[in-house]
Amino acid sequence: MEFFRIHKDIPFMRHALTFNVISLVTFILAVVFLFTKGLHLSVEFTGGTLIETHYAQTADLEKVRNALGKAGFSDYAVQNFGSSQDVMIRLPLKSEQNSNQIGEAVMKALEADAPGSELRRVEFVGPQVGKELAENGAMALLLVIIGIVIYLAFRFEWRFSVSAIIANLHDVVIILGFFAFFQWEFSLSVLAAILAVLGYSVNESVVVFDRVRETFKSKRGLSTPEVLDHAITSTISRTIITHGCTQMMVLSMLVFGGETLHYFAMALTIGICFGIYSSVLVASPLVMWLGVSREQFIKPKKVIEGANEDGAVV
Amino acid sequence: MNRYPLWKYITVAIALVLGFVYTLPNFFGESPAVQVSSAKATIKVDDKARSRVEDALKAAGITHDGMQLDFNGVKTRFKDTDTQLKAKDILEKTFNPDASDPQYVVALNLLAASPQWLTSLHALPMYLGLDLRGGVHFLLQVDMKGALTKRLDSTSADLRTVLRDKNLRHAGVNREGDRLVVKFRDQETRDKARNAIADNQPDLILTELADGSEFKLVATLKPEAQKRIGEFAIKQNITTLHNRINELGVAEPVIQQQGTDRIVVQLPGVQDTAKAKDILGRTATLEIRMVDDSPGALEAALAGNAPFGTEVYNERGGQPLLVKKQVVLTGDRLTDAQPGFDSQTQEAAVHLTLDSAGARIFKDVTRENVNKRMAILLIEKGKGEVVTAPVIRTEIGGGRVQISGRMTTSEANDTALLLRAGSLAAPMDIVEERTIGPSLGADNIQKGFHSTLWGFAAIALFMIIYYQVFGVVSVLALGANLLFLIALLSLLQATLTLPGIAAIALALGMAIDSNVLINERVREELRNGMPPQAAISEGYERAFGTILDSNVTTLIVGLMLLIFGSGPVRGFAVVHCLGILTSIFSSVVVSRALINLIYGRQKKLAKVAIGQLWKPGSSAVNGQK
Repeated sequence: MEFFRIHKDIPFMRHALTFNVISLVTFILAVVFLFTKGLHLSVEFTGGTLIETHYAQTADLEKVRNALGKAGFSDYAVQNFGSSQDVMIRLPLKSEQNSNQIGEAVMKALEADAPGSELRRVEFVGPQVGKELAENGAMALLLVIIGIVIYLAFRFEWRFSVSAIIANLHDVVIILGFFAFFQWEFSLSVLAAILAVLGYSVNESVVVFDRVRETFKSKRGLSTPEVLDHAITSTISRTIITHGCTQMMVLSMLVFGGETLHYFAMALTIGICFGIYSSVLVASPLVMWLGVSREQFIKPKKVIEGANEDGAVV
Repeated sequence: MNRYPLWKYITVAIALVLGFVYTLPNFFGESPAVQVSSAKATIKVDDKARSRVEDALKAAGITHDGMQLDFNGVKTRFKDTDTQLKAKDILEKTFNPDASDPQYVVALNLLAASPQWLTSLHALPMYLGLDLRGGVHFLLQVDMKGALTKRLDSTSADLRTVLRDKNLRHAGVNREGDRLVVKFRDQETRDKARNAIADNQPDLILTELADGSEFKLVATLKPEAQKRIGEFAIKQNITTLHNRINELGVAEPVIQQQGTDRIVVQLPGVQDTAKAKDILGRTATLEIRMVDDSPGALEAALAGNAPFGTEVYNERGGQPLLVKKQVVLTGDRLTDAQPGFDSQTQEAAVHLTLDSAGARIFKDVTRENVNKRMAILLIEKGKGEVVTAPVIRTEIGGGRVQISGRMTTSEANDTALLLRAGSLAAPMDIVEERTIGPSLGADNIQKGFHSTLWGFAAIALFMIIYYQVFGVVSVLALGANLLFLIALLSLLQATLTLPGIAAIALALGMAIDSNVLINERVREELRNGMPPQAAISEGYERAFGTILDSNVTTLIVGLMLLIFGSGPVRGFAVVHCLGILTSIFSSVVVSRALINLIYGRQKKLAKVAIGQLWKPGSSAVNGQK
């Protein structure tokens, strides 16, 4: 079986502008959503209390809300979590309340007015810890980006590094945009997923660029867009199969992983889809526009050839 | 050309066997057990305790499936939970005859049910995180400022004593924030005082301050002293927490320092957070009182007729002691207790340090009570116990007290620990709390397992259909990757969490990339007309560079997460990094070994089963033209 029966190189570069406009529009939308709606941060980052309870029958959310209101809580959010029997209650951080006792107080209130619930999980995060987690998360993101830039700078010449980083950072912003638009909960594990995706799709750009470099040297007489078309066409089969396999695993997590892994898998799914798109169809035109040409590879011939010996080509 | 030297095959085989052996314990599950451990620092669980467990069970006619003694205590395994509960009751009665004063912790536990030979190879199952087994997690913030304030308060009392001893008149010693300010009326006294204090209190930095008509001396703690006080506070708080948590009867509590001023407490299996919090936050007090040794008084008291103003407490050995109700000193006055040796007799001893007010009282009391006994009591939950009851030989001044005589080194250690364990060195706040119900834990394991299983199955199916024999080899290599990953995690005794399981699944999903790269490359070489043997060799060779490359970026991410991640993300990062390492080995070396075994020996290989090859401009061919 062979999925990809491609007769001629596909003229991707003819549509380069379209691809970039699409991704620019998505990017701008994502930024707009991020600024207007903001991220729905989990308790881990904001601080506060999260309580998950399970009812034997369908939970009456109204009753739960009333019970909480009666017990003197305010600003609470009550919602179903995964199934109609599971209820998640979020309470913001309040300085005047003794935060240590909130969990028990809530359960007592529920016992009185909406009985029959079983405590599944309580999570309390103090303001200091939340702030630190958010700071550490941002730091990790920043260092991953710096690490990848350094790696790419060693690996390729600057036009490639710049394009790869632009393409992949815009993936990150788009994932964040999705989370802002749908107001999905942004937790630590989502952050981990985003970072994993970043590494994963940079790798995709590396594979394509390696091929571009090889084609420039091996095939004379091709124009720059033709070289890019050829490189993308000859790697596309590997790209689709690899990402397809990873996506199968992620899909399995989305289906079987339950509520806890849901957004983790969701972030990965968006990341994988946009990762392919951006590293193939956004990064390559950027390289073209930044003015890549054969001369850059021919001139310091010996150095490049040496570097290409181990070089990775598909 | 596609043959490995024998040593390579052997390496792969050994790696696979080791992987299998160390993965194995995870499949045996856990069997119910009862653990007997010490509830007090002074009680050791040793071989004697083990034989006591053995005898008690034999007497009750309960058979067990094995018993082991380790630093946690005696663990006994049972067939089912019914027997486990019965055994727990019996052991509870045997070891703690007085239920109000438990000497041992008898707790239900789960032990790996893997056979003995695996355990002796240190092949143990992965430790399940709280989100998989249920339990409580607390992150406690130690109030370092509180510890420093406490220290400054006691230092200010010391300064007053020093100045009085040297006959230097001062106009007041006050704590202002994190510094002490001593006021004087003239320059000369201040200079003298400065020298006296500098000699007496090496931990202080002294600066002079002229403020109108007043001559001030400002004392602050040296940074290194502050650091030492902080470290001491954390250590003492951890010790105290250990003692308290022992009472909860938790089989394997985790109490660890995190960062400079935080303590993590994890109590697997505990659901009653209210009780746990109550115990963590409780304060024990230390009291020094005089012993009533008047003849006949103790006998009368034991008969239920205690003389006025006295009460009976038990000594640690178990003998009753009649103690006066009047409290001479409380633990607040005790600043430190350390084990050591008597400088003259070289006997084991405990050195106590009292603050200046305590020292003054102690001096008076000892002067009046030479040759009498005093008792040091530890009072917890309204229940007291005599830690030690030494005889006063002479008047003791200066606030340095030594308790010695009839003590072994380990007894001295234990006593010092008990004296210190009385109270927390610094107040603590809960800054993070997680409670996970046991049903949620079981659910999470199920979900994680199913995600991985079905994802793996889908990938396997696709690979086999698409790449045929090469697909089968890729799937076997992926299976080997999973085996190595789990073996490595078990070997490192890593804690498995739900994000960790997600990372395992993701590692597998990404690891298949290497095999896709190889297979595509081999196909391409075949398409270009290379003979199969050469194509295989060339394909592996050329794909390797790309595989290394593709793993570097992923590794960068993993390392950053490892450094900056906390809690659940850390678990993800550990698996992520290990997964990259195992995937390189399995996708390149293991799969090549298999391919070599299958195709390498055929000299005239006409075609290989790598799925249909399609060439532009020709009809489909299989393998080779």
